Amino acid sequence: MGMTMTQKILAAHAGMNEVKQGDLIEADLDLLLGNDITTPPAIDCFRESAFDKVFDKDKIVLVPDHFAPNKDIKSAEQCKKMREFAREQGITHYYEQGREDMGVEHVIIPENGLALPGHCIIGADSHTCTYGALGVFSTGVGSTDLACAMATGKTWFRVPGAIRVNLTGRLGKHVSGKDVILSLIGKIGVDGALYKSLEFCGEGVAALSMADRLTICNMAIECGAKNGIFPIDERTLDYVKKRVLGYAGAPSWLYPDEDAVYDQEITIDLSEVRPVVAFPHLPSNVRELGTFSKIYIDQVVVGSCTNGRIEDIRKAACVFMGRKVAEGVRAIILPGSQRVYRQALEEGLLEIFLDAGCVVSAPTCGPCLGGYMGVLAKGEKCVSTTNRNFVGRMGHKDSEVYLAGVEVAAASAVLGYIGSPDELPIV
Amino acid sequence: MMKGMINMQITGRTIKYGANVDTDVIIPARYLNTSAKEELAKHCMEDLDPEFINRVKPGDIIIAGPNFGCGSSREHAPIAIKASGIACVIAPSFARIFYRNSINTGLAILECKEAYEGIDDGDEISVDFDTGVIMDLTSNQVFRANAFPAFISEIIKSDGLVGYTKNKLSK
Repeated sequence: MGMTMTQKILAAHAGMNEVKQGDLIEADLDLLLGNDITTPPAIDCFRESAFDKVFDKDKIVLVPDHFAPNKDIKSAEQCKKMREFAREQGITHYYEQGREDMGVEHVIIPENGLALPGHCIIGADSHTCTYGALGVFSTGVGSTDLACAMATGKTWFRVPGAIRVNLTGRLGKHVSGKDVILSLIGKIGVDGALYKSLEFCGEGVAALSMADRLTICNMAIECGAKNGIFPIDERTLDYVKKRVLGYAGAPSWLYPDEDAVYDQEITIDLSEVRPVVAFPHLPSNVRELGTFSKIYIDQVVVGSCTNGRIEDIRKAACVFMGRKVAEGVRAIILPGSQRVYRQALEEGLLEIFLDAGCVVSAPTCGPCLGGYMGVLAKGEKCVSTTNRNFVGRMGHKDSEVYLAGVEVAAASAVLGYIGSPDELPIV
Repeated sequence: MMKGMINMQITGRTIKYGANVDTDVIIPARYLNTSAKEELAKHCMEDLDPEFINRVKPGDIIIAGPNFGCGSSREHAPIAIKASGIACVIAPSFARIFYRNSINTGLAILECKEAYEGIDDGDEISVDFDTGVIMDLTSNQVFRANAFPAFISEIIKSDGLVGYTKNKLSK
């Protein structure tokens, strides 16, 4: 029986010729990830289990990005604990705040060339599924799984079935990967892909930028998926070759078999996708722009592992150029990494944001999960390019988060209500 | 047969919630600057049901709708639930990371759609993990979930994967 792309990666990492849906396998891992929230409990587990050394100091990535730069004393203690563990174990890929290759974990792992086509990666963060954009099997786990895998370099999986998402056409004006994934989540619901892979395919893939693919895979978890994955093409290989000197090329087996079996098939015509907004309090509560009455807002956030890449920051700058953030609105821009930050600086984008009256922050997950750098008060409404709009996600339980793509978020900051770049006066 | 070796049966009062109870309401991220379980338990379910902490008693059982535990990978979520005194969560389905984290941290969870539909808030129920039989003692109904395989029962009995691994190594 044919295998999906995900199944092929799992089979290869379990040392098996074939796996099928439902099989329990033990797989070798190419990379493991932890952050300042999930690593401290993993370190406790690691010590309690009397593990002594990590299996490979070069295959563990530790990133203080959630509540760092430290938001309070307790967060500082957590970051310190992770930093000391990294030092003790000689972890190669520990990323300190402010360093050139530092940033939000799911922005920097692809950016630093650590996630490569055909890899099998786990991370103690639910958005670890982001790297599927590069033809990687990657999925989120908890701290205990991370602890055990840090010691052994292996973890167990139940082999998932898959939903095949066939993409056709090309995205139109002001529409991005964010609208594609939000529309898909709206269609199948927040548990529509529970325990399964989302395998993207079709002629529409070629025209999607890597930034769009990363955004799409990033939110696979929001419909319950184990992972999202794209086939590899010239664009993928270009992306990797720019980051990995002398990259030898993707494994020859890295494609879904023609006779692979899928649980479900969905076709999305990209030319028909419209700018959408996910209303509180579920990412599946999706409505098309223009189909709802004016919603005035208090805050806009552009950034995060979902939309913090240079392409996103450029799009935001195009909207803000020559315009001002509306009276009564705070706009917060978070470049996803130090590299994105520097590039935005060199391209003059930061000046555009400052002229428009935006806050520009260091890379951090902060506001996305109501940590800091933009927490909402009772009754406040925020348009955010992040990934979750659950009750209390960005602050008070009576605040509201509206998820959108970068252009809608930036345009809303200028308009003062949720709207489209098309509604902005020409400057 | 391994069956019968582990005798795990509990009786408790239910606290019932709807679908898609996410990890942000189970334990809001603003409290994730610590992983101390007593601290986390104080804020369990805070944004969904501020009364939860006052009404939960050791041994209570959560009955909830589909996709329980969706959202983040924070293991703090099952840890907070367990430390609040909850003995078991029963739902038609669980988000996959939460499912894994629950077993790893020793929180008993069972998938059963009929139990969610048939059991009311405040009912007295008994759960037999060996057989998967759930009895509603208030309404006299019986439901059946898939029983734990023996090794999963062992993990939960050992208070999670760490305890299980230690027990195995010391044998």
